[in-house]
Amino acid sequence: MKQKISFVGILLGLISAPLALADQLNMRRGVTDISGQVYDLHMTILWICIAMGVVVFGVMFWSIIHHRRSAGHEAAQFHGSTKLELTWTIVPTLILVAMAIPATQTLIAMYDTGGEDMTVEVRGYQWKWQYKYLDDDYNNTFGFFSTLATPQDEIRNQSNKGEHYLLEVDNALRIPTNRKVRFLITAEDVIHAWWVPDFGIKRDAIPGMLNELWTIVEEPGVYRGQCTELCGKDHGFMPVVVEVLEEAEFDAWYAQEMANESIRQEALSKTFTHEELMAQGEEVYGTFCASCHQPNGQGLPPVFPSLVGTTVVTGPRDEHIKLVIDGVNGSAMQAFGKQLDAAQLGAVVHYERHAWGNNAGDITQPRDVLELSGQ
Amino acid sequence: MSEVIHAGHQDSDHGSDHDHGPDKGLARWLFTTNHKDIGTLYLWFSFAMLFIGGIMALVIRTELFQPGLQFVDPAFFNQMTTNHGLIMVFGAIMPAFVGLANWLLPMQVGAPDMALPRMNNLSFWILPFAFGMMLSTLFMEGGGPNFGWTFYAPLSTTYAPDSVTFFIFAVHMMGASSIMGSINIIATILNMRAPGMTLMKMPLFVWTWLITAYLLIAVMPVLAGAVTMMLFDIHFGTSFFNAAGGGDPVMFQHIFWFFGHPEVYIMILPAFGIVSHIIPAFARKPLFGYDSMVYAVASIAFLSFIVWAHHMFTVGMPLAGQLFFMYSTMLIAIPTGVKVFNWTATMWQGSMSFETPMLFAIAFVVLFTIGGFSGLMLAITPADYQYHDTYFVVAHFHYVLVPGALFSIIAAVYFWFPKWTGKMYNETMGKAHFWLSFIGVNVTFFPQHFSGLAGMPRRIPDYALQFADFNMISSIGAFIFGFSQLVFLYVIIHGIRKGKPAKARAWEGARGLEWTLPSPAPYHSFTQPPHVPDAEVQG
Repeated sequence: MKQKISFVGILLGLISAPLALADQLNMRRGVTDISGQVYDLHMTILWICIAMGVVVFGVMFWSIIHHRRSAGHEAAQFHGSTKLELTWTIVPTLILVAMAIPATQTLIAMYDTGGEDMTVEVRGYQWKWQYKYLDDDYNNTFGFFSTLATPQDEIRNQSNKGEHYLLEVDNALRIPTNRKVRFLITAEDVIHAWWVPDFGIKRDAIPGMLNELWTIVEEPGVYRGQCTELCGKDHGFMPVVVEVLEEAEFDAWYAQEMANESIRQEALSKTFTHEELMAQGEEVYGTFCASCHQPNGQGLPPVFPSLVGTTVVTGPRDEHIKLVIDGVNGSAMQAFGKQLDAAQLGAVVHYERHAWGNNAGDITQPRDVLELSGQ
Repeated sequence: MSEVIHAGHQDSDHGSDHDHGPDKGLARWLFTTNHKDIGTLYLWFSFAMLFIGGIMALVIRTELFQPGLQFVDPAFFNQMTTNHGLIMVFGAIMPAFVGLANWLLPMQVGAPDMALPRMNNLSFWILPFAFGMMLSTLFMEGGGPNFGWTFYAPLSTTYAPDSVTFFIFAVHMMGASSIMGSINIIATILNMRAPGMTLMKMPLFVWTWLITAYLLIAVMPVLAGAVTMMLFDIHFGTSFFNAAGGGDPVMFQHIFWFFGHPEVYIMILPAFGIVSHIIPAFARKPLFGYDSMVYAVASIAFLSFIVWAHHMFTVGMPLAGQLFFMYSTMLIAIPTGVKVFNWTATMWQGSMSFETPMLFAIAFVVLFTIGGFSGLMLAITPADYQYHDTYFVVAHFHYVLVPGALFSIIAAVYFWFPKWTGKMYNETMGKAHFWLSFIGVNVTFFPQHFSGLAGMPRRIPDYALQFADFNMISSIGAFIFGFSQLVFLYVIIHGIRKGKPAKARAWEGARGLEWTLPSPAPYHSFTQPPHVPDAEVQG
């Protein structure tokens, strides 16, 4: 890692960069048929531009060298030629038409969204992605959030940066090889854009709109991209990571997740004991709440309020539940009703009301949350 | 026309055989209605804005010198990218072109002044207040605009800092200024040309500004509409752009780019005009294909109204829409190509010399063409999905705006400097300024093509490790380019104070009515309509 840059280092970098980075000078071919077609289009238009550049700049520089006053060249006085002007109107037109044909074909292929084997909803949030598998048996509830996994220490230069710095997430989207996956892309708050360069697909995630993309990937692997529409403060910190698994491997993973999902669904109608709720609540708290309200519940006042003995955790339970579901407008307190299910919400509220010496003496079951959230 | 103005003006306070000079002191600049004074104000204002926007660019490049967050936090970084864009577009490039128009149009068409001098004063003096207000938002609680210079809703409405209202008001004022400036330019060109200067004999700077002024009048109200809808969404509970209330965030982008695409040609058409003066002057040869140059500019202006959604290929338009905007965008390459070929043919068989204005003009043609090539690549919709919102786009628009628009402005300043001041600038220093700028601009922006193709999104304060080397090179280039503009400042001040006296026709190959005036040009350019000799017109 380059923590310290010396002048020599900069010079060496300037000289060696083009050589060392030969594979990073150009667009990647990617791993899908579409990304290959896009790459070919890119190379075709690039070569057309280079050829035109060589001709035009060649003529210009020949002229600069030979038709200079210091070389004693006398100026000609012509100022037009219909033949020439027609030529350099018609020839570029023909080149453009030739270019438009393959571009149109690829674009039509990209719009061929039907016949999918599975569908994933991609939802952008400030600043994370949510993936939902829409083909499950549970009313489309199986899904998860995908947030940046790079630690703050690396971003703040307090520890060395890992290989996939800023391009790593806690939960990658998983899809199988060789199946046509359709993505339905939208957003919760502002506009984001979902991009996987190696698949050759990018689409804006727009609140209130559902955009479609599809891909078929043959190569298993981990593919990385980023949000590509300015979406606020942490726009640079919401990567897209897609893990493509062999079909059998994906099916096994998916079956396991479905089994977990059925346990999760059952939990929604179960009645838990105080101990069960505390155990589950502590886990949820640690993942979703502790970074602001701190593991000891003391928070970091005044920005992140304490939860020890304060009115929220000692007052009416339903108010507490509603606050967690809806969040607090204009503060860092998010609306967790969209991120957690009723069992998790119930457990975490119960935990907060009975941990760190709090003792509200009530109990919060998943159905209490369901009632309040109107489900 | 000019005789009427001349007579009316002179009857009251002066004899008819001599010129009155400017007022003394600050009042001269506050109350001036003189096209040269107002042109000077515009030019110095835009120069100041260039440095302010440039400092913001250097903040951005400093943060991006290495991966990791070192100097600024992401929230401030976003304010820097946003304000850099807004200031350079609305504060530096556009006012500089209006300043050039003020200085040059009356002299080039053989008029004493602009047609509407008092409005001219107002259209300038709005600007310092508009930009003062916009810059003041940086010091407000919650910070200034942080949603990109394209201010897409709902990031700029529901999710914007409170200061967005000041931003909206500032944009309204800039728009009013631009519209007044355009009306003045159109009125001057259409009414105040010397007898014998028919439309197809007008200098190309006049032609390009005439067309640009129409573009401005057509699209600035659209921008005003967009920001007014934002204002209503923010304060009056409407939902133009709020999906939750039945509005459409994509509609904002359609409206913005219906303004925004003509806007980018507003920033390049006058540049075409400038270069079409400088290249023939230093090639000592008439401009090749004057008529086709005029028609090409007119075609580009027309096309600019039907290509806007190529900025939005990723929003999810239907296939037919994508194809229409791809084809129409590709068409722009044809008239633009004609211009580049004509400039090349003008140089061909000339007797060229390479003073500073010529160097900037040639660099303009080469580097603008590179920006045009990447523009053609961006037009190819399927490929655009990969380029969109990456550094490839950043490289593209900086190539057309910095060595494009900005270089043409610099070239114009060097070219007409002797006419404005009556002095010659220092040629050696001018050339040093050129080479430093030329190297700086390419070291800054060329590597950004590569980081974009490798997948680096734009508008991010921190980046993955594979982009590190190109970003470092780019930052070094930015500092070279930024500091070399201090050389420009030095050359100008040195030229004004100590330059050698300039001849009326400061460049032997220069053609146009302005060169028939003494250097410096008299305060009221042509008090009598001049004879328009064939040798001085381009057509």
